[in-house]
Amino acid sequence: MRARLSPGLLIGTGLVLMILLVLPTLALLLRAARPDLASALLDPTVTTALRLSLATTAVSLAATVVFGTPVAYLLARFEFRGKVLLEALLDLPLVLPPVVAGLALLLLVGRRGLLGAPLAALGVHVAFTSAAVVLAQLFVASPLYVRSMKAAFRSTPRNLEAAAITLHASRLRAFRRVTLPLTLPAFVEGCVLTWTRALGEFGATIVVAGSLEGRTQTMPLAIYAELESNLGVALAMGAILTLAAFALLLLFRRLTRST
Amino acid sequence: MWRLLEFVAMTRLVRCVVAALALVLATPAGAQTVRVFAASSLTDAFTALARSYEATHRGVHVALDFAASSTLATQILQGAPADVFASANPIQMKRVTDAGLQLGPPTPFAGNSLVILTPSRSTVRTFDDLARPGLLLVLAAPQVPVGHYADEMLAAAARTYGSAFVDAVRSNVVSREPNVRQTAAKVALGAADAAIVYASDARGLTGVRSVTIPPALQPTIVYPLVVLKSGGQPAAAQAFRDFVLSRPGLAALASYGFAPPP
Repeated sequence: MRARLSPGLLIGTGLVLMILLVLPTLALLLRAARPDLASALLDPTVTTALRLSLATTAVSLAATVVFGTPVAYLLARFEFRGKVLLEALLDLPLVLPPVVAGLALLLLVGRRGLLGAPLAALGVHVAFTSAAVVLAQLFVASPLYVRSMKAAFRSTPRNLEAAAITLHASRLRAFRRVTLPLTLPAFVEGCVLTWTRALGEFGATIVVAGSLEGRTQTMPLAIYAELESNLGVALAMGAILTLAAFALLLLFRRLTRST
Repeated sequence: MWRLLEFVAMTRLVRCVVAALALVLATPAGAQTVRVFAASSLTDAFTALARSYEATHRGVHVALDFAASSTLATQILQGAPADVFASANPIQMKRVTDAGLQLGPPTPFAGNSLVILTPSRSTVRTFDDLARPGLLLVLAAPQVPVGHYADEMLAAAARTYGSAFVDAVRSNVVSREPNVRQTAAKVALGAADAAIVYASDARGLTGVRSVTIPPALQPTIVYPLVVLKSGGQPAAAQAFRDFVLSRPGLAALASYGFAPPP
């Protein structure tokens, strides 16, 4: 029998990381909680950036669900040649430095880019538009959703679907009524992770979309810009993002615990 | 046999890692490090200055940190341990000196001018072309010195070219970048049609050319330099500052396209 590690030792060493993970956020919130917080939140820079962030992440999340669910199902349920390679390629954006992701996207959709050049000939410009913001978010965040859903589809017993089909449910109905409800926790998890990652996207966005108020300057970009001119506004936005992310994580915990 | 090979490979790997770490962490024994925070536009010039300073001052290492002067000023105000600050405008310098972080007054050491940077094959030929509909124009952020100078220049243009012209130019702006080098990079990558940068930035880039901006619209561009208290080694910092302001220092700056201070 192996002796269990003493809790004292665990707490002692674990405390180092716990403090490191909690203290910075606390410092931010303490500094942001100033009398002028309310007025800073109403600053046009904040409201414009917040609106843009909400709009772009809504689009990128919707696109992730629509296009990501089939990808996850395909990878979970089918075996084919080159699958390992494909899975690695689809996970690549997760480990790529965001700046590299932005550069790659810019070389794709920029004016001289692989797709950007022919598109420009047709009068379509993607780089430096809100579409580029969505593209950057989709690129860096959607693999998180695909990963969550892939694992969920894999762990859903196939014989449950088969049973539904023998009970005269159509394939689509079996998928909708049996498979989807079972994958709900993973769906929520995937959406939360993808949305928060998209909301916080900075590196890829600033490279492929640039930073222009109202068009491409999302919350993180606005925070970066305001840091040098109006610290109060930057702090207010930082506090919003932190609290929103934290509330979402708590909600997610409750949801998954109750199911 | 395989075990042996594996063992040999592992020891090699460990040795490589240790050697790489040693290389990264190595600072010559007793070396003194002068930390210089300098505006993005000074990247090439100050890198060269630092190398030649190190060559003539044994045992001194010049650590360089380049970013927008506005970013550097913010970092210094938040307690970044810098010995020397070279700003691309007096506004960002004033943020630091207003906080009383300097040792002695700032000294102007260089000037510059604005140009339009455009891809070599682009059809942008004159200043007027900036107002052409559909042009993708990139500026630096308003708080970044070169972005602030560009705004000043456009304000001057509104007086001579009319506000309709300037509105047309402004509507072509697709991004306000975090520093001058990233602003220039957007053109160098072919992602933007034009950018407003310093004349000195156009020098080191290939595949681009610069279009002049009428002298009447040029803002006064001044680079001030200051020694800071925060670094804690005033003598070494002072010596580097004196080197930048010396005849060879100013000549090196001139060779990178900087003008004498106005």
